[in-house]
Amino acid sequence: MGRLIDENGLRVDGRRVNELRPIKIEVGVLKNADGSASIELGKNKIVAAVYGPKEVHPKHMARPDRSILRCRYHMSPFSTETRKSPAPSRREIEISKVIREALEPALILEDYPRTAIDVYIEVLQADGGSRVAGITAAATALADAGINMRDLVTGCAAGKVDGQIVLDLNDIEDKEGEVDMPIAVMLNLNQVTLFQLEGILTPEEFKRAFEMALEGCKKIYQIQREALIKKYFGSAEPIQVE
Amino acid sequence: MVNIKRKYVIPGDLICEGNYSPLANVMKIGNRFYSTRVGMAEISREGVKVIPLSGIYIPRVDDIVIGKIIDYSAFAWEVDINSCFSAYLPAQSVFGKDFSPAKDSLVKKFDIGDLIVGKIVAFDRTRDPLLSVSGPGLGKVSKGEIIRIAPSKVPRLIGKKGSMIKAIENYTKCKLNIGQNGLIIATGPPEGILLAIKAIRLIEEEAHIADLTKKVQKLLEEGGSVGKVDR
Repeated sequence: MGRLIDENGLRVDGRRVNELRPIKIEVGVLKNADGSASIELGKNKIVAAVYGPKEVHPKHMARPDRSILRCRYHMSPFSTETRKSPAPSRREIEISKVIREALEPALILEDYPRTAIDVYIEVLQADGGSRVAGITAAATALADAGINMRDLVTGCAAGKVDGQIVLDLNDIEDKEGEVDMPIAVMLNLNQVTLFQLEGILTPEEFKRAFEMALEGCKKIYQIQREALIKKYFGSAEPIQVE
Repeated sequence: MVNIKRKYVIPGDLICEGNYSPLANVMKIGNRFYSTRVGMAEISREGVKVIPLSGIYIPRVDDIVIGKIIDYSAFAWEVDINSCFSAYLPAQSVFGKDFSPAKDSLVKKFDIGDLIVGKIVAFDRTRDPLLSVSGPGLGKVSKGEIIRIAPSKVPRLIGKKGSMIKAIENYTKCKLNIGQNGLIIATGPPEGILLAIKAIRLIEEEAHIADLTKKVQKLLEEGGSVGKVDR
C-alpha cells in the first residue's frame, strides 16, 4: 500500500485522484481520410481515421437496410515499451469489437444502406486508457466525416489504485492497480455505450468510480467539442448568428 | 426572409425546443431537436434543419451531377459520381427505344474514362441511382478544366438564387458547370479559369462565414495575381 499514491494524496505522475491527464484533440489531421482526428491523453498518442460511407467489399457483407461499421484498433509496433508484433493480437481484436459496439449506437446507420463505414484507430504511443481515448478520437473523426450521428461518444476510465478510487488510469496504475473501469457515454442523450470492469468494487466504490468517470467524460467532451468547432467555425467558442 | 435563426452546431447539440417540423439532418426526441451533423442550424417557420459542412455526396432525384464512365455492359454504363453509390446509365435512354445490344455498341457513345454531365432520374437508396443524359446541357464533356470541391460546399458556391456563381461567371468570363456531387467544369479563357479556381477555393475554405459574396467579389475585382493551377 502507498506505492502508487503518496502521503500527500498524489499519484505516480503527480496528479490528484480526480484529475485527468493533459488532453489535446485535433480534427482533420489526415488529408486523404474522409474524417480524422488525433488525441493525446497523457502519453497516449492516437490517430483515428474514418473512410466512408463507401461501397462494401466483399459485397455479401452489405446489409440492404443499413450501413455496416467496421473498426480496427491497432497498436503500432513502436507504441509500447517492448516491441509489439504488428499482427492483430487477441486483445486488439476484442478491443476493436467493443469500440465498434461503443460507436454503433451513436451512428444513424439506416441513413446509408448498402454501404460500409471504416474506422481505423492507430495507437502510436500507448499509456493506459487507450481504448477510451481511441473511442473519443473515432467519434470526433466520424463527426468530421459528416456521418449522421445521434450524439458524440466520449470515453473515460476510472479505477481503484491503492484502495482509492481514481480517474483516468495511466499505464502503471492500470497494470499495478486493483480495478480498471473504462466507460463511454453519449452525454447529450445520457446513455452509456461502453462499460467494462476489471476487478472488484463494492457498490459504494462502484458508484463513486462511475460518477468520477462521468465527470471525466464531461471534461473530455468539452475539449472534443472545441476541437470540432475550431476546425469548422474557426474560433474556439461557438458563434451565434441571428 | 422572415425571422430565420441560425446557429453553429455539432452532432448531439440541442438546436431548439418547440413545435417545429424536422427538415434535414435533425433528430427529434419529444419536442427537442438535436443536430446530427456539424453545420449551421436554421430555425424558420417551415421547420428546423442543419446545413452540413462536411460529408460525402448522397444522390438526390433531379440533381445534376458530373460523372466518369468506369464500366459498361451490353445494356448500361456504370458511372462514378463521387458518391458511395455508383450510378447506372441505361443504354436505352441514350440510343432510344429501338436500342439493340446486338446492333449498337456502347463504346460508340461513351467509353471508359469519359466525363458526362447527367441528371439523377430515380434514387431511393435501395438500388443504385439511375442517370439520364437527355436534356439541355447534359451529355459528354468535351472540353474544360475540372475542379473538385467538397460536395457539402456546393450550395454555398451557388449562393442564394445563384448569386455567387453569377458573380464569378461575370468577372471571369467563364462558364461554370456545377455538379451537385462536387465536380465543376470550367470553360473559358485560361486567366479566367485561374481566377475562378481561386474564388472557388476561397469559398471552400470559408464556407461558414456570413457575407462571403462580398469577400469573393473583392477577390474577383482585385483579380490580378494568378495563383497556381490545381488539378
